[in-house]
Amino acid sequence: MPLKIDVKNLNLFYGDKQALFNVSLGFPEFQTTALMGPSGCGKSSLLRCLNRLNDIIPNTHIQGNVLLDNKDIYASSVDVVELRTHVGMVFQKPNPFPRSIYENVAYGPRIHNLFKDKTELDKIVEKNLEWAGLWTEVKDRLHQPATRLSGGQQQRLCIARAIAVNPEVILMDEPTSALDPIATAKIEELIDELREKFTIVIVTHNLQQAARVSQQTAFFHSGYLVEAGETGRLFTMPQDERTQGYITGRYG
Amino acid sequence: MIQHTVKAYDEDLKGLSALIRHMGELTIEQIRKATLSILERNDILAQEVIDHDHEINLLETKIDELAVRILALRQPLASDLRMVIAALKISNQVERIADYAVNIAKRTLILDEMPPFPQVEGLSNLVKIPKQMIEGALTAFETYDVDLALEVWHMDHKVDEFYNDYLSKIFDEMIADPKNVGPCTQLLFAAKNIERIGDQAQNIAEAVYTMVTGKPFKESDALRNASKI
Repeated sequence: MPLKIDVKNLNLFYGDKQALFNVSLGFPEFQTTALMGPSGCGKSSLLRCLNRLNDIIPNTHIQGNVLLDNKDIYASSVDVVELRTHVGMVFQKPNPFPRSIYENVAYGPRIHNLFKDKTELDKIVEKNLEWAGLWTEVKDRLHQPATRLSGGQQQRLCIARAIAVNPEVILMDEPTSALDPIATAKIEELIDELREKFTIVIVTHNLQQAARVSQQTAFFHSGYLVEAGETGRLFTMPQDERTQGYITGRYG
Repeated sequence: MIQHTVKAYDEDLKGLSALIRHMGELTIEQIRKATLSILERNDILAQEVIDHDHEINLLETKIDELAVRILALRQPLASDLRMVIAALKISNQVERIADYAVNIAKRTLILDEMPPFPQVEGLSNLVKIPKQMIEGALTAFETYDVDLALEVWHMDHKVDEFYNDYLSKIFDEMIADPKNVGPCTQLLFAAKNIERIGDQAQNIAEAVYTMVTGKPFKESDALRNASKI
């Protein structure tokens, strides 16, 4: 499987504080990679490097490379807004815009001029809601406020919004931590379906979730990548003692 | 190994390990009594072995239940997961061993119906190694000792040697007097059961090997390691 994203010798600094130390990790195309580790281990920082979301934090600087399709996303020629159409993001708490369901999905295609007329926009909205497994639930109330949806529906709407601009990579930062088990299962099923078209990177605190949804898992500790590998192997036979301690609940 | 943050989880795993140990010790005692019952022609002892078998079956059920409970409630991973899976396999193998002990005891009851026949030396020697193998395999399970597991695995060859020696002695008696064929066949069955106990103990060693290394057991690996032991 070719690498969609290839992180090479990445060091990340927030002011004087170094958050990531010499991280190298490849993200295979059309696979889900789970990033896990204790709070403050750097997993979310790495995720935010993949679409340059760290740029908005003052005094942040990075060394090393993040290659998307072999092109460095930190090169001076890169347009960050355009980059984020290729690398979409879904956050921990569902954050729909305070607009209608329809407008939430139509927003991205509108600002990036991805359609010719209203009929085409309608199609884009329908297709992406369908993809996010939400269409049948909302097709009769597209123009109601998105905030009236349940938490799980809101999160699937955010996924529909993220994929509406045709990204290639979707980053997810603990996308189900605010959801109940049924809504969580729907998102996990969705992640598995989305893998057909997208490369997915998910940060999760839930070990079982990492085991269920990902093909590759990476374990971080204190800003270092401790171990990465095929998910089945990592959860049955981790190579590093720190991984073993963390996943068996012997983390001290 | 470092303890779990959740102490009750440690207690569950320790409980599982203790049940395996208890089941194993009862089973070793069953083998000892069954063999003694044959050597001494002791019906009462043989019947005791047969009667006690249900205790071992109950322990197997208890281990299964606890293992399933741990899988459901603790969702063990990595070495813990491999330990629970090994416990499930081992309890099944120990239960089979206990069944062999019962089979040996049943030979005593049948032999008792038969006329006197010459003593065939070697049965008490034959049973020693399988008992040591079970003991060693259980210790290897408790201490995650892969070297000990491999040592146990190799001991089975000795069992096979003793078994073949005993077999030829039995054949000699059968040839010497056709009247011996009946009782000697029973002794042969008993010896075969003991030999099978060695095989099962070898399986336990293999389960421990997989538990510790995370790799499926391969005979070729064990033979390669033979020089080190």
